[in-house]
Amino acid sequence: MRRQVLTGTAGVISLVALWEGYKLLAPDDGVVVAGMTVLPRANDVAMPHLWDMAARAAAPVTSAPGADPLWLAVGQAAAFTLGVAAVGWVIGVTVGLLTATLMQRFRTAESALLPWVVLSQTVPLIALAPLVRRWGSQLEIGAFAWQDWMSVAVIASYLAFFPVSVGALRGLSSPDAVHVDLLRSYGVGWWRTYSTLRLPAAVPHLLPAVRLAAANAVVGAVVAEVSIGLRGGIGRMIVEFGASASADPAKQWSPIAGAVVVGLVAAGVCVLLSRALDRYRVSEVS
Amino acid sequence: MSATAPTSRSARSGPVEPVGPPDGSAATAAAAAVEVRGVSRRFASRSGDVVALSDVDLTVRAGEFVSLIGPSGCGKSTLLRLIADLDRPTGGELTVFGRPPHVARQNHDFGIAFQQAGLLPWRSVRANVELPLELHGTGRAARRARAAELLGLVGLADFADHRPDQLSGGMQQRVAIARALAESPSLLLMDEPFGALDEMTREHVQTELLRLRAESGAAVVFVTHSIPEAVYLSDRVVVMSARPGRVREIVPVALGSAGDRTEELREDDQFFDRVRAVREALHGTDPADGTARGVDQR
Repeated sequence: MRRQVLTGTAGVISLVALWEGYKLLAPDDGVVVAGMTVLPRANDVAMPHLWDMAARAAAPVTSAPGADPLWLAVGQAAAFTLGVAAVGWVIGVTVGLLTATLMQRFRTAESALLPWVVLSQTVPLIALAPLVRRWGSQLEIGAFAWQDWMSVAVIASYLAFFPVSVGALRGLSSPDAVHVDLLRSYGVGWWRTYSTLRLPAAVPHLLPAVRLAAANAVVGAVVAEVSIGLRGGIGRMIVEFGASASADPAKQWSPIAGAVVVGLVAAGVCVLLSRALDRYRVSEVS
Repeated sequence: MSATAPTSRSARSGPVEPVGPPDGSAATAAAAAVEVRGVSRRFASRSGDVVALSDVDLTVRAGEFVSLIGPSGCGKSTLLRLIADLDRPTGGELTVFGRPPHVARQNHDFGIAFQQAGLLPWRSVRANVELPLELHGTGRAARRARAAELLGLVGLADFADHRPDQLSGGMQQRVAIARALAESPSLLLMDEPFGALDEMTREHVQTELLRLRAESGAAVVFVTHSIPEAVYLSDRVVVMSARPGRVREIVPVALGSAGDRTEELREDDQFFDRVRAVREALHGTDPADGTARGVDQR
């Protein structure tokens, strides 16, 4: 534990040293060879000092009176994106588990579904986002009306379900023949075999898949916010602040840091989940 | 699920005594534990059919210990899997206590143990022994009591809360036997359960199995590669030959009841005599040297 804290701190410090070291040593306009920039610019617009970023984060968002400090606005946007990504993650994990279960249960379902599952990930997100939004906006059932954030969550789940369905399929098929025979000799049906044997046995395969799904959900949410044009999230904020980068270069780094924090929180939740399922992670005994 | 299932289930739901006749009904008491009539099993393969078993006849009486022995590929494990309804014969007929194997399986008429202990690694030793009871709806308290009783029986009472991977191979196998005995089955099917154990552990668990079997009065069908093991444990040894798998000879052992057999039996002349008889049946001819000491056909 102590060792992990030390290596973590060392990692952050070396990153800071790298940034500031490069900024100190590299020429302001970068290194250009034959008209091509091979090393990035190190001037204050492209690479502000870290302390400038920190100071900017503490200052108000805009010069308008009564504006929130930047860090607070970023925090709210990050929480919003995290919430949308979490919804997407939950949907993605559920759908992934269901497709894997279906594929494990029926051989034909595996040969019918698996190619589509793989194919689904080749559709570019940018092409998908406006489609999802348009389809969603036509949905209106009673008092329920489709919101833009739901489109973002759907796209996040679209990226999240893939690793789960592939990992869960492997996991659900992983029990030893001797275990399957044993459960069969007990005369129990498919569902009891699934719940007492296949699902617990799938956990070691599921946990890395679920972690990957969390990362995918965050990336999916951030990118989908931008391509759908959803306000209030961190992705949109990065683009907005990036537009005014020449006037206020330190400002856009706050939402970028916010996006990193969202990713870290998502990864942290997955670590907690792994801890909770620790007893299922033991290696197989003979 | 047959109509008799609910009664047999409720009869087992309490803490069941390990001693006693199977189920108690007149119909099952009269029937042999296992009845195999002209059974064959073919496996289709790319290079033509493989005959794993050809026209096998065998009767295992209630309470009898029968070992199946033979070279690799003689179909002894296949025969056990057919009895357990883990596989279906391509010809002939099998009954378990007078019922088709799939009915016997649904009725939980037999316990089973494999070469691999096959304990679920995420369950404690106790929860592993409780598994069949839990799946068949036995109440929590009754389950616990039965598991404690069984773990005491196999000498692992102190390990109830351990995880399987904290146990040695021999201990895991004893847990697997306790699990197989959980529902006091009147038939125990064992597929080389001690095959992966070292010789000393093996002799120890063999003696333990004899004791458990004497207490439970269950019939046992026991697949093994080892001649001394088969002789030491069995009432009769079924010697099989390979390609196609057939019963070559059935050697009666008659070395006394399970309860009377002790470690001393391993040094007894009668024991060596039976070992030699099984060995000769296996090889078909009289081996050149008369001594059969320590023969192990693996």
